[in-house]
Amino acid sequence: MPQVTLTVNGQAHTAEVEGRTLLVELLRETLRLTGTHVGCDTSQCGACVVHINGESVKSCTTLAVMANGADVTTIEGLAKADGTLHAMQEAFREYHALQCGFCTPGMVMSAIDLVQKHPDGLTEQQIREGLEGNLCRCTGYHNIVKAIAAAADVMHGKRSEIARAAQ
Amino acid sequence: MYDFAYHKPTSVADAVKLLADPDAKAVSGGHTLLPALKHRLNKPTALVDLSGIAEMTGIKRVGNAIVIGALTRHAEVANSAEVKAAIPALAYMASHIGDLQVRNRGTIGGSVANNDPAADYPSAVVALGATIHTSKRKIAADDFFLGMFTTALEADEILTAVEFPIVDKAGYAKMRNPASRYVMAGVFVAKAGGTVRVAVVGAAPCVFRQAEMEAALTSNWSADAVAGIKQDADGLNGDIHGSAEYRAHLVGVMAKRAIVAAG
Repeated sequence: MPQVTLTVNGQAHTAEVEGRTLLVELLRETLRLTGTHVGCDTSQCGACVVHINGESVKSCTTLAVMANGADVTTIEGLAKADGTLHAMQEAFREYHALQCGFCTPGMVMSAIDLVQKHPDGLTEQQIREGLEGNLCRCTGYHNIVKAIAAAADVMHGKRSEIARAAQ
Repeated sequence: MYDFAYHKPTSVADAVKLLADPDAKAVSGGHTLLPALKHRLNKPTALVDLSGIAEMTGIKRVGNAIVIGALTRHAEVANSAEVKAAIPALAYMASHIGDLQVRNRGTIGGSVANNDPAADYPSAVVALGATIHTSKRKIAADDFFLGMFTTALEADEILTAVEFPIVDKAGYAKMRNPASRYVMAGVFVAKAGGTVRVAVVGAAPCVFRQAEMEAALTSNWSADAVAGIKQDADGLNGDIHGSAEYRAHLVGVMAKRAIVAAG
């Protein structure tokens, strides 16, 4: 069986996989990192988004062997060791950008890549279009968009902390 | 998904040898092949991952053309200063394939070699009159796309690059299925000197040229010129997402938008 060596959230791992093993299966079933979800399994819903070498990808449509040698970040790798949340996670909490939470890990991972790809800031329209690869069936997206805009200000250094949501 | 052996060669020559096995399939980003394997539409015994082949990467301007290596991801074409300056419609088209995550993985070579009826790239390849570079030869766009999921590529022949001539004007417009984001109908128009080419994807089993629109636009480059042209629905795709007649109508609307976008 093929062997895969990769770094996940800063930690090196080596695992035996089948050729057909998906990256999300390696993450969830072998490494027990179950924060990454599988929704549609057809690369449409985005619940499985992780970062490979800093770029957001759908881990249900990536073979584990394709990530050999890669640096992978999952939702579990965002918060600091002391529990301090990433600005995007903090913004999702502040703006109530989740209800059931199923899509949230993928939303957060996609949103971070989206913000990083727009160093000059994003319009609401760009955020909405940038989320086309992530489906949420309960929030109606409005609060997700607000959270991403608030997190972008912190990630780009315009503010030191997440702007408080209106009460 | 059935299991398969996995190979990752580092040269075109080694990849060609591995693909001599008739049950082996080439893969790069995997964003069309892996969904097909999950559906068991395909059962290769081995996957040959081309993504480690350095000679198939990169975007460069060669004379009056832009040559894009087969492994170039959609996001790279979309963001390439070289492509944006020379053929902005091509960068625009690449920036609207799938979604951000699909564009981070999917490659031009995979899209063109696979020839999915709902892929965007074949429209640009045909309308711009591109040349397909392979491990064996060069193939003109008009001779490359043969039918649904079928191209002129032989089993052990690898698409290595696509050469797009720089044209005077070009534009692309499409209507997407709102859930899957696959193309319902997409039209790419291009004008180079006195030659106009109009290519349609999504509407039929394979990309095709709209000859009537090409003739009309050759004498009058404007959206009005195609306003009276009715696309024949015969042979177009009809499914739960839209009838053949609906897609035929979309071809006319998208053609007009593409011409306006081209300016």
